[in-house]
Amino acid sequence: MCLSIPSKVVKVSDDKMMCTVDTMGVQRDANLMMTEEGDVQVGDYVLLHIGFVMNKIDEEEALASIETYREILEAMNEEERRRAIIDDDNCENR
Amino acid sequence: MRALELKNLYDDFRDGDTIKAYAKIIAQDAKKLKNPINIMEVCGGHTHTIMKFGLPQLLPNNINFIHGPGCPVCIMPKERIDHAYVLAMQEDVILVTLGDMIKVPGSNGSLQDARAKGADVRFVYSPMECLKIASENPTKTVVFFAIGFETTTPMTAVLVDQVIKQKVPNILFHINHVTVPEVMVELIDSRDEHVDAYNNRIDAFLGPSHVSVIAGSKIYEKFPKDYGRPVVVTGFEPVDMMQGISMIVKQFVEERSELEIQYKRVVNYKGNLTAQALIEKYFEKISLFRWRGLGNVPDSGLKLRDEFSEYNAEIVYKDILPIAEIEDHKLCICGDILRGMAKPQECTIFGTACKPTSPIGSCMVSSEGACSAYYKYGNLI
Repeated sequence: MCLSIPSKVVKVSDDKMMCTVDTMGVQRDANLMMTEEGDVQVGDYVLLHIGFVMNKIDEEEALASIETYREILEAMNEEERRRAIIDDDNCENR
Repeated sequence: MRALELKNLYDDFRDGDTIKAYAKIIAQDAKKLKNPINIMEVCGGHTHTIMKFGLPQLLPNNINFIHGPGCPVCIMPKERIDHAYVLAMQEDVILVTLGDMIKVPGSNGSLQDARAKGADVRFVYSPMECLKIASENPTKTVVFFAIGFETTTPMTAVLVDQVIKQKVPNILFHINHVTVPEVMVELIDSRDEHVDAYNNRIDAFLGPSHVSVIAGSKIYEKFPKDYGRPVVVTGFEPVDMMQGISMIVKQFVEERSELEIQYKRVVNYKGNLTAQALIEKYFEKISLFRWRGLGNVPDSGLKLRDEFSEYNAEIVYKDILPIAEIEDHKLCICGDILRGMAKPQECTIFGTACKPTSPIGSCMVSSEGACSAYYKYGNLI
């Protein structure tokens, strides 16, 4: 019920009341009356809920999260590599 | 830093390796927990993600989920569905609602059944479609049966706003909007013997994603402060959820009780002020709303403000709308499930008499209900 879909704004109507968004290749119209006038522009990422733009997606925060995930994965891979070397060093069959 | 692409917003938050990495972090931290913790995911969208991606299997045994009441379709009491049914059966009425309501059974049947009997019931993607339906059918009255939490309430408010501004003569509203913080209080403040007997304990909340986009994280401030329950507002994707759970576990390990936001890309403390102003303008609290499975919850429902009574279908049609409260099925244990005292598979009618195609209890009626998610993804049948 409360689900909403990340989409990209491809067009804003002249009266700024509606926009057209792209959701992974599917285009549809969305109402802008729940956002401040002029706040949503072409190229913005937005959340779509029952035909309305709920708000903008903060690109910097999204990228920061993605970066955090990348760092976590790298740290874990590094630790696994280190553990594999230690295991190898300790292997009795060497 | 590279530019964000739309697919990042999907793929990077569903990445299997990241989910597994968080599972490891959570497992390490959970070893330091003194007691097991019960986390309530308030929102049905979260319940759905938990079951769809099998998150319980990735978590250690001392972290348990309690599936919350955050599905507005599921918690709709039968008497409200009966209102919709009665309104739909009026000859001059077109009943319009969101698709989620199609198969929810009232005491006379569902809206789908009403339609089969010839009623004009229309399920729409957006409330704004009412304007078109009303202008195409000037001799009929369009009644919008409005449902949903804070996420969906402002969209109804926009429709009210437009109906008034455009002087549309034939749209009325049946308002069933409910609010989240009040029911969270109800769940942790339940002190009746039945609850104590089951030793129910919600230790922390995963805060809803899109309710918080509108209302802001501020609505949860009292939970860590006054009730000692940490809240982490978390996104709907599985990586979001694993990170949110990890943040809750860390709070317990470090003996903190705080309000945090994991879903920072769309949620902030204040929320969407334009949407909040619209809600404030057209709606006010009602003292009690009866939640299916939970009973009366104080201050948890909304209605149109008195000055807009002429648009209120409950007032315009008050002579024909039934007023009796209708109890839930005796064998249904949805109330216990919503309070975290039982799991769906403990119910005697789960998957037998009560199925998604013929739901008896509230948690089975929508795909976001706990029973429905267990039925679909739980591999329990």
